[in-house]
Amino acid sequence: MITAFCLLPSPSRVLSMSPVDLLIVVIYFALVLGIGLYLKRFTGTGEDFFMAGREMTAWIAGLSFISANLGSLETMGYAAATYQYGILVGHAYWIAAIPAILFLALVMLPFYYICKTHSVPGYLKLRYGEQARSLSAVSFAVMTILMSGINMYSMAVIMKVILGWDIHFSIWVSSLTVAIYVMAGGLRSAIFNEVLQFFLIWLGSLIVPVVGLIEAGGWEGMVRRIAENFPGQDFTHMWRTTGAFTDNPMGIHWTGIVFGWGLAISFGYWCTDFLIIQRVMAARDLRSAQLGTVIGAFFKMMVPLIVILPGLLGRAVLPFQLVSEPEALATGAHSYNEVLPLMLARYCGPGLLGLGVTALIAGFMSGMAGNVSAFATVWTYDIYRPLIRKTASDAHYVRMGRWCTILGVFVSIATAYLVMHFSSIIVYAQVVFVIFVVPMFGTVLMGMLWKRTTPAAGFWGLLAGMVASFLLFLWVKLDPSAVRFVAFSEHAKDMADNIYRAMWTLIINVLVTVGVTLFTKPKPEKELVNLVYGLTEIPSVKHLPVLKRPAFWAAVVGAGFVLLNIIFW
Amino acid sequence: MSGDDHRISIWFFVGALLGVYGALILGAGIWDLFYPSGLPQAMGHLHVAIWWGALLLVFGLFYCVRFWPGGQSRR
Repeated sequence: MITAFCLLPSPSRVLSMSPVDLLIVVIYFALVLGIGLYLKRFTGTGEDFFMAGREMTAWIAGLSFISANLGSLETMGYAAATYQYGILVGHAYWIAAIPAILFLALVMLPFYYICKTHSVPGYLKLRYGEQARSLSAVSFAVMTILMSGINMYSMAVIMKVILGWDIHFSIWVSSLTVAIYVMAGGLRSAIFNEVLQFFLIWLGSLIVPVVGLIEAGGWEGMVRRIAENFPGQDFTHMWRTTGAFTDNPMGIHWTGIVFGWGLAISFGYWCTDFLIIQRVMAARDLRSAQLGTVIGAFFKMMVPLIVILPGLLGRAVLPFQLVSEPEALATGAHSYNEVLPLMLARYCGPGLLGLGVTALIAGFMSGMAGNVSAFATVWTYDIYRPLIRKTASDAHYVRMGRWCTILGVFVSIATAYLVMHFSSIIVYAQVVFVIFVVPMFGTVLMGMLWKRTTPAAGFWGLLAGMVASFLLFLWVKLDPSAVRFVAFSEHAKDMADNIYRAMWTLIINVLVTVGVTLFTKPKPEKELVNLVYGLTEIPSVKHLPVLKRPAFWAAVVGAGFVLLNIIFW
Repeated sequence: MSGDDHRISIWFFVGALLGVYGALILGAGIWDLFYPSGLPQAMGHLHVAIWWGALLLVFGLFYCVRFWPGGQSRR
């Protein structure tokens, strides 16, 4: 029987699977396909296929919400970044997530839910008109397919590196599996499988921090070992090193973390990225949608346990040092990117290794299914129906949804092969995200909270934000020294540059929206009912016990968020 | 299709998968206890596969019984 081996550095593949490990992976694929085919019989109408019948409970919506976000690309990437930069990376899960998710739950979700739109671009249509919807729908569709292709390619590369699997085999098997179960059962099937994937991801990943902490002698022991192994460097404090750009390896100041990462990028992603929001919009009522979002916030807050902690434990217990990707290629040593599989192999024998690998595969597939199901909805409702075929039966749009699920998967596969030949596309993915998603947040928020915002301002604010973001990127690309203006420091690294550019994008978006609003004609108030604060009746929850109110649980999660930041200051 | 009372709950699928995985991992852990592979594995003396597999098995069985198709709890 072949078992895991990682106690010594080796240039060969990181993990080897035994028959029981392979059986665990095969059972997973069989079950997700089985669930998709089983749910097909319950998916007859557009509401079933695109919105899962709007009947999900808070727990199902919440677990699916967080599972769609918890892709393996992200977990492996942030574990690697933690090994490199330390616990500072944990901001991605706390300040760059929790305030935005709670804001979505308590402030924005009621408008999305009450207006009964099918998508975020759909909200923009109701609030601003066709121009703003078309711009956001097309940009979202492009971004979704790009992300899906990158996700697919990255999974294939990781499977090749850690398991020695053929890249083409990984791409085709995983993507066709996702295509079959999403095409069969639509969003309901994607959500059901995401709940399953949630349990696999957590139960497959928790082994590393639990056993790792036992080996390291608890948190204190781990901190002591890291200090002994890497003297003079601070890897275990979140805020202490952010007082100056030069005090931390990321080259960032706390203002960038709070306003760029915690406000612009985070609120842009969590409050307007339809891939995520679609999951909670499928809840059976507004209270379930809000509670589901708060449940998602709680689990997001806990993700550092399975992502950040393994990265730190790698610093503490691995008997060799990981290096950057170019150095790894030159010397044959292991790179930062391999820290999570290396830790998995360190503690997992036969069986457990299969569970850990299945968790990685499940993470990739949940991300892919999220992209594909959101693409199918936006294409059908926000591009095909308004721009190509306005009047058709519900059954026709469901058929279109099924076919464009397949189409989305094939275009994603084509994108994956494109990325294979032009790997620099991955570098630009984050840039594309800032260009498209951040301005959308400003436009949606202004539309929800200020009834004076005009349709022209919605469109021009969105366009100005996108163009400004692109021009700022181009400026630094053509003249790298310009980073001292965009990110306030010549020491700013790529990640810090992205974060500050997001902040500027949001500021320009809001300023243009306000400016155009002051010179153009607003919509009559009667057309803004159920779309804008002050003209929307939010169902009262005062008759409910405190323990059933979303605001109470949001306050509990908010308190936990503050406490964690103080503990790991 | 809301309100279809014949639908199998998602929690049953979760329980079934974790139960099967728990049994397989527990079995592999017990096998390794009696026939150790001898290959290096950190903290091998903890026999993680045995207690992790048992945990998954108990968790899976609970959900299977609780959300058995045709029972009272659904979705």
